[in-house]
Amino acid sequence: MASESNGGVIDATGYIKHHLQNLTYGQHPDGHWGIAHSAEEASAMGFWSINLDSMFWSILLGCIFCLIFWLAARKVTVGGVPGPLQNFCESMVEGVDNIVKESFHGKSDLIGPLALTIAVWVFLMNLMDLVPIDFIPEFAKRVFGIEYFKVVPSTDVNVTMAMSLSVFALMIYYSFKIKGAKGFAAELTMHPFSADNKVVQIILMPINFFLEIVSLISKPISLGLRLFGNLYAGELIFILIALLPAFAQPLLSVPWAIFHILVIVLQAFIFMMLTIVYMNMAFETHDDH
Amino acid sequence: MTINATLLGQAISFFFFVLFCMKFVWPPLISALRERQATIAEGLAAAEQGAQAQEVAQAEADKMLGEAKTQASEIVSQAQKRHNEIVEEAKQNAVLESDRIKSSAQAEIDQEVVTARAALSKQVSSVAVAGAEKILQREVDPKAHAAILDDLIAKI
Repeated sequence: MASESNGGVIDATGYIKHHLQNLTYGQHPDGHWGIAHSAEEASAMGFWSINLDSMFWSILLGCIFCLIFWLAARKVTVGGVPGPLQNFCESMVEGVDNIVKESFHGKSDLIGPLALTIAVWVFLMNLMDLVPIDFIPEFAKRVFGIEYFKVVPSTDVNVTMAMSLSVFALMIYYSFKIKGAKGFAAELTMHPFSADNKVVQIILMPINFFLEIVSLISKPISLGLRLFGNLYAGELIFILIALLPAFAQPLLSVPWAIFHILVIVLQAFIFMMLTIVYMNMAFETHDDH
Repeated sequence: MTINATLLGQAISFFFFVLFCMKFVWPPLISALRERQATIAEGLAAAEQGAQAQEVAQAEADKMLGEAKTQASEIVSQAQKRHNEIVEEAKQNAVLESDRIKSSAQAEIDQEVVTARAALSKQVSSVAVAGAEKILQREVDPKAHAAILDDLIAKI
């Protein structure tokens, strides 16, 4: 903790770096498998290493989401007065269903559950940001001797990018499935510039393809990085506030936490909304070309 | 902050969570919602129908009430009429009866008068004779003066 340190720039930097480091398990350059003890060691492990803390928290939160909604879904009753849990889950499902109905014009049984999972799971992962920043890491350090323990999975770029790339994979899959290879290729090459003259059209095709492919690739990247960036920045500010003297911390962390509640919900909503919109694009067929 | 296999692990868990949601969470909840929506819509339609039926019944009842009122007033006016008739008849009967009683009484009175007059005249004649006897102090032949007495009786 910052208050425990001797003060000075090195300690503050160390504190920040410590809080931004995941608990990474992988193969050390010398060949043995183990936990990375510094950011350098973690990056030296290369791709085949895994952030245990991100995985732990995201899977735990995902299981909490599944458990809560499964408990409600299992005992769902149409007649009679629904209990609070059923009310909550029903209102969530209904809200997501309404948004899907408004924004998604295709026919798919996947979009609703996908959107609900994203909304609730991302929300829960973001919510971990409101847990006082040193509680869980300190607990893990003292009780289990775990050196690094990031509790907010959505501040791990792997987590957010994994979700956005999964959405991207679904987009590509459904684009091929709904439009066919030819239709998808046409969508990528016949827009935004089109001409009646065949020769001109062929000349325009590479330009169209370049523009479309950039916009296509930018979708998952912006989707994942938006969530990551917002939560990472929020987390960083909490870390910086935690560096202040104890009496000053509540003055800043409370307003920031209250503001951050908005960010948490908003980012979960945006992630879900954009997923629906992107999936709608994948399902849309253009008859004009 | 490095990209590593967490990406894959996360994608796999994401897949399973979506799958779970798709199989066990979404269908029961959404079908319950739809069913409840249908039930509520039915209930509202039934309420609407009930309200309409009630309106119709109200109109019917109003109509029947109006009819009954008209009928009642008709009956009342008929009864009034009949009452008047009965009263009128009774009056006429009473008048006739009274006339009859009056005339019979008159006849009786007349009869009585005649009888009384006859008796009186007889008594008067006998009183007159007795008086005359007293005055004359002698016996008078009633037969000789019968003509005079009869004349007297006729005068009375």
